[in-house]
Amino acid sequence: MPFDVYLNVAVGGVLTGLVYGLMALGLSVIFGVVRVVNFAHGEMMSIAMYLAVVLFSGLHLDPLIMLVPIAAVLFAFGYALQAGLINPFITRPEHSQFLLLVALGLIIVNTLLIIFGPDARSVQTSYALDSFEWGALIVDASKLYAGAAAILFAGVLFAFFRFTLVGKAIRACADNYTGALVVGLNVNRLYALTFGIGAACVGAAGVIMTLIVDVTPMIGPTYTLLAFVIVITGGLGSMAGALVGGILIGLTEALAGLLFTPSAKSMFAFAILVVVLLFRPQGILGKRAT
Amino acid sequence: MIARFAGGLSRRAALLLAVVLLALLIAPWIANDYFVTVLILILYLAYTGQAWNIMMGFAGQLSLGHAIYVGLSAYVAAVLFTRFGIGPWIGLLAAIPVAAACGAIIGFLAFRFGVAGVYFAILTIAFAEFARIGFDHLDVVNASAGLFLPVAQYAHNDLWRLRGDPTMFYYVILAATVLAFVLCRALRSSRIGYYWLAIREDEQAARAAGIDTFRYKMYAVMISAAVTSFGGVFYAFFYNNLFPEQVFNISRSIEIILGSVIGGVGTLFGPILGAFVLTGLAETLNSAMLYFGIDLPGAKQVFYGICLLLVVVALPNGIWPWLARRLGVAEDSR
Amino acid sequence: MTALLALDTVSKRFRGLVAVDRVSFTVPDGEIFAVIGPNGAGKTTLFNMIAGAMASDDGLISFAGAPIDRLTSDAVCRRGIARTFQIVRPFPALSVEDNVIVGALLHRRNVYAAREFARALLRRLELFDKRNRMASTLTLPDRKRLEVARALATEPRLLLLDEVMAGLRPTETDRMVAILKELNRETGLTIVLIEHVMRAVMALASRVLVLDHGIAIASGSPAAIVRDPAVVKSYLGAEMA
Repeated sequence: MPFDVYLNVAVGGVLTGLVYGLMALGLSVIFGVVRVVNFAHGEMMSIAMYLAVVLFSGLHLDPLIMLVPIAAVLFAFGYALQAGLINPFITRPEHSQFLLLVALGLIIVNTLLIIFGPDARSVQTSYALDSFEWGALIVDASKLYAGAAAILFAGVLFAFFRFTLVGKAIRACADNYTGALVVGLNVNRLYALTFGIGAACVGAAGVIMTLIVDVTPMIGPTYTLLAFVIVITGGLGSMAGALVGGILIGLTEALAGLLFTPSAKSMFAFAILVVVLLFRPQGILGKRAT
Repeated sequence: MIARFAGGLSRRAALLLAVVLLALLIAPWIANDYFVTVLILILYLAYTGQAWNIMMGFAGQLSLGHAIYVGLSAYVAAVLFTRFGIGPWIGLLAAIPVAAACGAIIGFLAFRFGVAGVYFAILTIAFAEFARIGFDHLDVVNASAGLFLPVAQYAHNDLWRLRGDPTMFYYVILAATVLAFVLCRALRSSRIGYYWLAIREDEQAARAAGIDTFRYKMYAVMISAAVTSFGGVFYAFFYNNLFPEQVFNISRSIEIILGSVIGGVGTLFGPILGAFVLTGLAETLNSAMLYFGIDLPGAKQVFYGICLLLVVVALPNGIWPWLARRLGVAEDSR
Repeated sequence: MTALLALDTVSKRFRGLVAVDRVSFTVPDGEIFAVIGPNGAGKTTLFNMIAGAMASDDGLISFAGAPIDRLTSDAVCRRGIARTFQIVRPFPALSVEDNVIVGALLHRRNVYAAREFARALLRRLELFDKRNRMASTLTLPDRKRLEVARALATEPRLLLLDEVMAGLRPTETDRMVAILKELNRETGLTIVLIEHVMRAVMALASRVLVLDHGIAIASGSPAAIVRDPAVVKSYLGAEMA
């Protein structure tokens, strides 16, 4: 196959991977701070995707414009979820939390199925069929905008954690729960805040994702698993790792789809997961747990 | 031997058990076909739930990919039957080692490399998904088009080839569920059962007591997989069609664990009770919806989700321990 | 007398910190040996290395003449060394009796035989009446005794006790001391204990090793080390002498 086909597929994969990375970033933030394994992550993303689809078909507003409001809705959802339901589970055994979120995921997926039916929905923006050309490189406009939006959102998030007081407080909680309590941080509120931020992340990723893929209720669980693969590969608790992992998986998926059959591309993601779990469980950028 | 088995059960508990068993035995005579089919589903979930419980409830290893053992066994038995005319009981003899080997691989990779807790659960999911996608492309099993078992109209029940009317299947799965219960009871009060509980409670302390935890965790996974295997063979011969998308689906894995989680992980009666409660309520919901003409695909799953949520939040040890205390038939502290 | 346990210049480093620095000692069969010293001296690290929970960086650890350095903790237990934990770890959801049965099953394959043996041990450790209670419902002193019972159930030749007296009242300490002395006298069980409670050390140990910052600064009979100026300075203070 000619080189430019590889190149174009690879670039497309990287751009998609950036969106994956944003999605995984949300998961990483939640796990890194609140230490809850959010097994309903992809399902939450599908809520955002459906919101985008519905608002697009109703109001004809480009998803990227709806990005912030929808992310805000997901933020509220995440905040309420953590404060209301998940908080008492932090001290419970791991599998208890896990099952709680599995239950939540199950409810979300099937509620969406009841409301929207199993057929795929999509967002057809005005630029859906456009592409940019630079020499041999042909890039879908949708993918380019998606990747750019993802980087932008991720950048804002990094800045938030690095430079704002609240961001630092959250990082303190993650580092040392007891220490945070001792210095008077309202840990419960910060946890809820963090979960909300993680949800906003995945909400943003979902909205951006509608530019690239069609929406069905069943993609929720698929993305949950993908998010886990990315986060574990990149390093649980490492924000940069989530992005790196996302790009890696996006790239692998795209190339695998090209070289083998498209439907088998998630097999590679799982193969990578197994390899990482076995040989480098802390992921590419993660720190080894002592 | 009955005394040995009944030992540890209070008179009340033994009586309760006998009544339930009797009711189950005569059920096909007094119920219609639809009801028998529902009971078959309940018992199937009670059976596979018990098999899963061995790994989770006894040894503390959370598997969310148990559908892989069901699927592998189903396909092995189905292929042997459709291509070579080999009956299911012989097929079972082939399916069990396959399932156990799969469990051994997953267990070995996980335990050698220290993959535990939630990571282990994710690993099991990954393997099941791998199988799902893999089988979707596997021509020898007809890939995504599905594998179909020949269903002829038989004049009589053929137990050897598991062809016949629902009543025959009912008694087969009932027998299997009872045997599984006996097995679980035996395992729990044996040396291996004690070691599993110790590992579940505190693996490091278990090792300090001289337990080779790697070996016993491997036993748990392999035995659980082997027991699940029969469920897979049954599945193949009862439903007569296999699609990778359905058989290996994560929803199947979740269904298997739902009964046990709701009934009570780690207990002996939990998985059985949970299967009854869950499926019983679900079918009632279904019938009610049908009666009112409401057709909501997915409603049953929402219901499952809500049940799971309620149990995890309010009754984390499951319904059985709570119920048993009320009835005065609590299982011993183990 | 043959040395049951022998440590030869054993060391352990954690990145920059030397937790145990070339410590050597031998414990003859049938002796009660104590390891004392200030917090952070490396005592539990020493135990962890002997019990196989941690690998040593240098030196040799031998038990009954054979090296046990590279063995895992379960293998070490099978060789005949049992240990208790500084923060007790009974199996919470199991009954007291079942906890001990787990230990007893190491050498008694049959559950009935293991139960008989477990009951005998529970009687000795005065926990028989509580045998059907869940371990998580016990008080701290009882949980400590349970931990000892479980360790003893594995029929060890050497018992490692990590601060088993901590948190016990004087009367409870005396009971535990009496039980341990009895075991040592009747069965010849060798005991190595880490202790801060000097009352117990003086009553039990025939020899004491003092660790400070990972270094063995003194060893000898209890009477001798309480007068040792280095020990007084780093750990005991003037009152003990």
